[in-house]
Amino acid sequence: MAKVLERKPLTFWERTYLPQILGGLRITFANIFRRKETLEYPEQRPQLPHGYRGAPTLVKDPNGREKCVSCQLCEFVCPPKAIRITPGEIPFNAPYSHVEKAPKAFDINMLRCIYCGLCEEVCPEEAIFLQDIYSITGTARNQLVHNKEKLYELGGTRPDTQHKWDKKLAAEKAQEAEGGHH
Amino acid sequence: MLHLLIYLVLHLIYALIVVVVLMSMCAYAVLAERKISSWVQNRVGPNRTQLPILAYIPVVGIMLQRIGFSQPMADGLKFLFKEDVVPGHVKKFYYVLAPCLSLITALVTCTVLPFGLYWAVDPATNQLTEYPLMLANLDIGLLFILAISSLSVYGLVLAGWASNSKYPFLGGIRASAQLISYELAMGVSLLPVFLWASRPGETSGLNLYTIVQSQHGLWLIIWMPISALIFLVSLFAETNRLPFDMAESETDLVGGFHTEYGSFKFGFFFIAEYAHMIVGSAVFVVLFLGGTNFFPYIPDPWPHNYLGAVMTIVWFLAKVVFFVCFFIMIRWTIPRFRYDQVMKLGWNILLPLSVANFLAYLVFFALFPNG
Repeated sequence: MAKVLERKPLTFWERTYLPQILGGLRITFANIFRRKETLEYPEQRPQLPHGYRGAPTLVKDPNGREKCVSCQLCEFVCPPKAIRITPGEIPFNAPYSHVEKAPKAFDINMLRCIYCGLCEEVCPEEAIFLQDIYSITGTARNQLVHNKEKLYELGGTRPDTQHKWDKKLAAEKAQEAEGGHH
Repeated sequence: MLHLLIYLVLHLIYALIVVVVLMSMCAYAVLAERKISSWVQNRVGPNRTQLPILAYIPVVGIMLQRIGFSQPMADGLKFLFKEDVVPGHVKKFYYVLAPCLSLITALVTCTVLPFGLYWAVDPATNQLTEYPLMLANLDIGLLFILAISSLSVYGLVLAGWASNSKYPFLGGIRASAQLISYELAMGVSLLPVFLWASRPGETSGLNLYTIVQSQHGLWLIIWMPISALIFLVSLFAETNRLPFDMAESETDLVGGFHTEYGSFKFGFFFIAEYAHMIVGSAVFVVLFLGGTNFFPYIPDPWPHNYLGAVMTIVWFLAKVVFFVCFFIMIRWTIPRFRYDQVMKLGWNILLPLSVANFLAYLVFFALFPNG
């Protein structure tokens, strides 16, 4: 059933629209004294939500080990091909030689990065994380290509619950003590 | 001969001061519009420009920055330094002439406005008499204002026509139709004021100073409210100000009559719009709100010397500023009219109403010649 709206005919004063204009002016005037919604940027920073996808960064172990093993999965999954990795070897006598691989060079071109987070999702070592960095500036294009040092500097350290490589080293040592590989 | 030269130079300096004050009021009217518009919309307006010197004054410097005090200077410099592109397809002479016409008519209208009073000893009677502070004490002041504001239509028409392109043409045509329709209502609504100003006993009838003098008691807005209302609505239409905003906004997607205009010429149109607004408010204040008088029936509290002269100017400018703020607030209160609604309002409603108003006052003045 349609609802019929009662429309009362306008009075003389209402037809001149003057009372409505005055009422509108009262609302406009009251709005001047309300709280302003503007966030004044450099002094006040926005509240970033949990899980905000900022710039990708490489992280280190609580022990100080660089977690990336240059498996190049992030390079292959990156949609705009922003990541360029040159894989390298960890030499025999270095402390973490059981890990065997580490990146020789790791470049993320921030001018190509679309902050999608696929590199973070695909990384098997939990080495690359998108953190809270949204203000990335430079005066030349080469300043906006983040190399390995910059990425580790921006990344910091993440707590590690798995300690995957320590467990693997312990397992290898236990196997050797037992009798070695066949 | 030397006497004439000195007279000429002094009047030139006087005119220059008035023009400079009016133009800086225009620039600050732009800032006021941006700030007040943003406050009404719950945001903060321009609050980042700083002059290198003013920034270091401890308390005042920050307040000036937050209120956007240097913003008009930044805007002016921007308009000055931007590249002024003249498109190839325009009619050059009229293209350059149009913004000049808009600005010139606005500035010329302010020559006959009494913006203050000063007191000097009259050599004939040796008494302290009141003189008006006006650039030109014309006896046909009111008619002069109506005539010159009719010329301001040419600025828009030429801009639309000379731009040689579809959208400015349409915008210019609509703007000129709107302006000429409301000029008529404006003129007829002022006829009761003419009648009152030329009542028996008054020698200089249309002089704006006599209208100000006659408002020592009751202000004209109180006993001619319909005239004031019609004049106010026509003023909104004449200055192309919301709700009659079609010349600049209805073809908003492409800019209306000033689409093809670049940096400095666009700045001219921009400033001309605010100059029209300020001068229009000043005319309304002089005619209906008593000009430099303090309040109806309350005698002026200032002394009859230089301090008093300055205070009359300040009080007048305060009233004009109040009106400019009123223009800005109305912009954010009422939605824009449709084109046919504008035409209907101008011809079908305001014109008969103003003629009826005039007839009523005609009968009133026939019966009571001195009000």
